[in-house]
Amino acid sequence: MTDFGSALGAALSLVVRLDPDLAEIVLLSLQVSVGAVFLATLIGMPLGAAVALFRFPGRTAIVVMLNALMGLPPVVVGLIVYLILSRAGPLGVLGLLFTPAAMIIAQVVLVTPIIAALTRQVVEDLWTEYEEQLRSLGAGPGRALTALLWDGRFTLLTAVLAGFGRASAEVGAVMIVGGNIDHVTRVMTTAIALEVSKGDLALALGLGIILIVLSTGINGAAFVLKEAAQRRHAG
Amino acid sequence: MGKLAIRILSAALLAASFIPTASAAEKFIIVASTTSTKNSGLFDHILPLFEKKTGIQVRVVAVGTGQAIRMAQNGDADVLFVHHRPSEETFVAEGFGVKRFDVMVNDFVVVGPDDDPAHIAGMTDAAKALEKIALARAPFVSRGDDSGTHKKELALWRAAGVDVVQASGSWYRETGSGMGATLNTASAMQGYALADRGTWLSFRNRAGMRVLVEGDRRLFNPYGVILVNPERHPYVKADLGREFIAWLISPEGQAAIGTFRINGEVLFKPNAMAVTH
Repeated sequence: MTDFGSALGAALSLVVRLDPDLAEIVLLSLQVSVGAVFLATLIGMPLGAAVALFRFPGRTAIVVMLNALMGLPPVVVGLIVYLILSRAGPLGVLGLLFTPAAMIIAQVVLVTPIIAALTRQVVEDLWTEYEEQLRSLGAGPGRALTALLWDGRFTLLTAVLAGFGRASAEVGAVMIVGGNIDHVTRVMTTAIALEVSKGDLALALGLGIILIVLSTGINGAAFVLKEAAQRRHAG
Repeated sequence: MGKLAIRILSAALLAASFIPTASAAEKFIIVASTTSTKNSGLFDHILPLFEKKTGIQVRVVAVGTGQAIRMAQNGDADVLFVHHRPSEETFVAEGFGVKRFDVMVNDFVVVGPDDDPAHIAGMTDAAKALEKIALARAPFVSRGDDSGTHKKELALWRAAGVDVVQASGSWYRETGSGMGATLNTASAMQGYALADRGTWLSFRNRAGMRVLVEGDRRLFNPYGVILVNPERHPYVKADLGREFIAWLISPEGQAAIGTFRINGEVLFKPNAMAVTH
């Protein structure tokens, strides 16, 4: 098990040297995943809140669908997005395949159901709590929706973080639509997969350690921000 | 204060998601190629020379030969650079590619555990060696992914008269993944595998494995390069692709390939000149 020792060594040496390739890969990973989570939040939160507040035929089916789609296999999403963006596919004219934009699209598809489903749950719980109050204040559905999203913002941060976790950890989708092209579409997870396939397990694990540390850092920062905001809110 | 922070954060995130990557080049081509050329480090050696000379960035998507051909058929690549001659010739014959050029050759080797339970070390008849592995029911790890290496391996099994479909799941194990992943599996299982010499030489996790069979004429592994047909796919960057192919088979490109070594060993022997002259 010398691999663990050399993995730590590899990770440390990459970080200490501020390896330019590593910096580029980390930056692209963040751009892709943060971008995807941002767009998925814009789509998923209003969608989830709307499903929570409005009653319409087929609503139960949509709730079940959203919950089920949280488990979309990344490799299937990658394949579908590949077929759509391929030159032979319906959106081939855009020429997006093997670009970071394609990776963001695939991750938006992966992350939106997670954010929508969790938002639906949060808002629905708040709705049962505040329904009468909001109605007595004469708030229309639109006002109620924004009020509840605002009220649940601290809990909803967890939904966004869950989405970010999914996006930054997946390899199946970005590998297919990005192609793991050096200096263009290589991100942390595809770089790890590449090092594994070269048999350089120590370097692969070293990159994995860096990815976990980064992810922990982002979650930690979110937690601290949330706590601070909550304290101010309470006080 | 809180709202402002959130607004700034959102704006930053939005900006971050639309920053083009630092190295976004104006002139680039996409080359669908195989894991053997990429994982061995060949592209890292030769592509900077080409990019420096022409300013054309070469974006390599490295997958198995089967998937690379499929990608090129869809028009998702400008140039196809793979190693399974029959498939390459079909690709051109069906009108997907313009013309096939020889670029280089290397060879396949049968690798296996040091203690060699099937006793094939030193054999020069690859089919006979596989037959012995089958008789010994020693673990054999196959790519199983329709790659050039996988197709070569299946041809050798046919020559050996062994029906591996029957044995799949017992001693014959198909990983359905790339060369490196397959070698990782073989090394963990102490199994045999067919590998291209390039990937083998640059592979880092050889733990207890070595080359056992080499030198059979059937283990010859030629690589070809083909421009994807611009008449079929109007998006193909035909001029840039042609420039890349012309460079690969030029004395300069061939020299670049020939000087790529790992531990003093030449991985790919350039062979375009033999045809052009």
